[in-house]
Amino acid sequence: MALYSEKVMDHFRNPRNVGVIEDADGIGEVGNAKCGDIMKMYLKIDNDIISDVKFETFGCGSAIASSSMATELIKGKPISEAMELTNKAVAEALDGLPDYKMHCSVLAEEAIKSALDDYHSKQGK
Amino acid sequence: MIYADNAGTTKMSKAAIDTMFRLVNDTWGNASSLYSVGQTSKEVLEQAREDIANLIGAEPKEIIFTSGGSEADNQAILTAARIGASKGKKHIISSAFEHHAVLHTLERLKDDGFEITLLDVHEDGLVRPEELENAIREDTCLVTIMYANNEIGTVQPISKLGEICKKHDVLFHTDAVQAIGHIPVNVNDDNIDMLSASAHKFHGPKGVGFLYVKKGIRVTNLINGGAQEKGRRAGTENVPGIAAMAVALKEAVKCLSKTIEDVSKKRDRLIEGLSKIDHSALNGDAIQRLPGNVNFCFEGIEGESLILLLDDKGIMASSGSACTSGSLDPSHVLLAIGRVHDVAHGSLRLTINEETTNEDVDEIISKVAEEVAYLRSFSPIWRDLVAGKKEFIL
Repeated sequence: MALYSEKVMDHFRNPRNVGVIEDADGIGEVGNAKCGDIMKMYLKIDNDIISDVKFETFGCGSAIASSSMATELIKGKPISEAMELTNKAVAEALDGLPDYKMHCSVLAEEAIKSALDDYHSKQGK
Repeated sequence: MIYADNAGTTKMSKAAIDTMFRLVNDTWGNASSLYSVGQTSKEVLEQAREDIANLIGAEPKEIIFTSGGSEADNQAILTAARIGASKGKKHIISSAFEHHAVLHTLERLKDDGFEITLLDVHEDGLVRPEELENAIREDTCLVTIMYANNEIGTVQPISKLGEICKKHDVLFHTDAVQAIGHIPVNVNDDNIDMLSASAHKFHGPKGVGFLYVKKGIRVTNLINGGAQEKGRRAGTENVPGIAAMAVALKEAVKCLSKTIEDVSKKRDRLIEGLSKIDHSALNGDAIQRLPGNVNFCFEGIEGESLILLLDDKGIMASSGSACTSGSLDPSHVLLAIGRVHDVAHGSLRLTINEETTNEDVDEIISKVAEEVAYLRSFSPIWRDLVAGKKEFIL
């Protein structure tokens, strides 16, 4: 049995939405180097819709795949829907993660929430 | 395909496979049986014991066959602990970067009132003999220090350490799992009282190993039952596996000096090539290390991703990153030599052998450089380092 599902390996080998949005409306960074995982999400938002999303990740295969999948799940979606994204949904979309890698999907959920929080706080100003 | 994880395990040699196959077929008798089929097995078993003893400067009766290195480590430590406890000596000295078979056994002994001192292995991954001497106390019953480290390959001044133990009349055990068959090991020259070895690290089969115990030391057996191994390890012997181990070790030792020279050259070529990658560092001393071991940290990336990408390119290696261990902490070995977490997560271990060619080495260098650059291209840490928001550690 392989370490990861085909889908995890696909998103790890060919991550979607990799990079930076220079004029992002919201940026979120979670994790720390000490634990070996950092995810950074950049959001572009137009009329409450996530029109573009990019990520940068320092981490293991499942961390990269989880970031990639999470961006796919929220791209083009309304903010309200993105706020509802759970780590479970990310893991399920990847056809599952090993138990000890579930924290990678948690990081992906938190990274998106953190970017949305950043967007909201900027709006509030 | 380039296999560069020989410290993880080795492929069995043809001679070892042939021996094992032949014996599974022909020598299936129980070595404890009195009739001829059993006695043939007994002869093969004792020949293997004699061969192995000769290869390390021991006597046949000083060799106990085990299921591998971990069992041998457990048995050696518990043997010394029991002897120590009977004399009221409950202090053991080891090093901070031992294999878990040693560290976890020591941890358990703490529950029985033992006090454990772990010697510093310094930045170069080497124990200092004078620090060992200073750590020895009246109640020290055992010093257990690995011959060569499994992750960073540093080779300890074993003979010197053994001499100190001898001088202070303290038992000296060494986990030689990574050393046997790769560098010269002789229990007399090295002043060793107990030594652990595992067959699959030198082209023998898995599930077989041995413990050398100097005569006169009363052995504690872990597995109770029959009188096999002179009552020191019960259970019907794995004769084909043991004989294959002896054959593999004989082969490895036969051309050892040539192999060391040849493999060391390739190791140094690999180290030189990988050193050219920016913000990287070799882990462990460059000279006092196993001929086939190369271990690097690359800043700004995580090791598991690198291993998976290299696997896609046909290169098999390992890492001390937390993600490869299933815990949140990176390798205790890298932490012991002072690598901080951030950097320790980005480690890569390549362990080559006599079959690795110069072309393989060059291929590894170019692929590692490529994949490290790729992973850095979308690493937020790398971005901050390059932008000057964080300071480079390496």
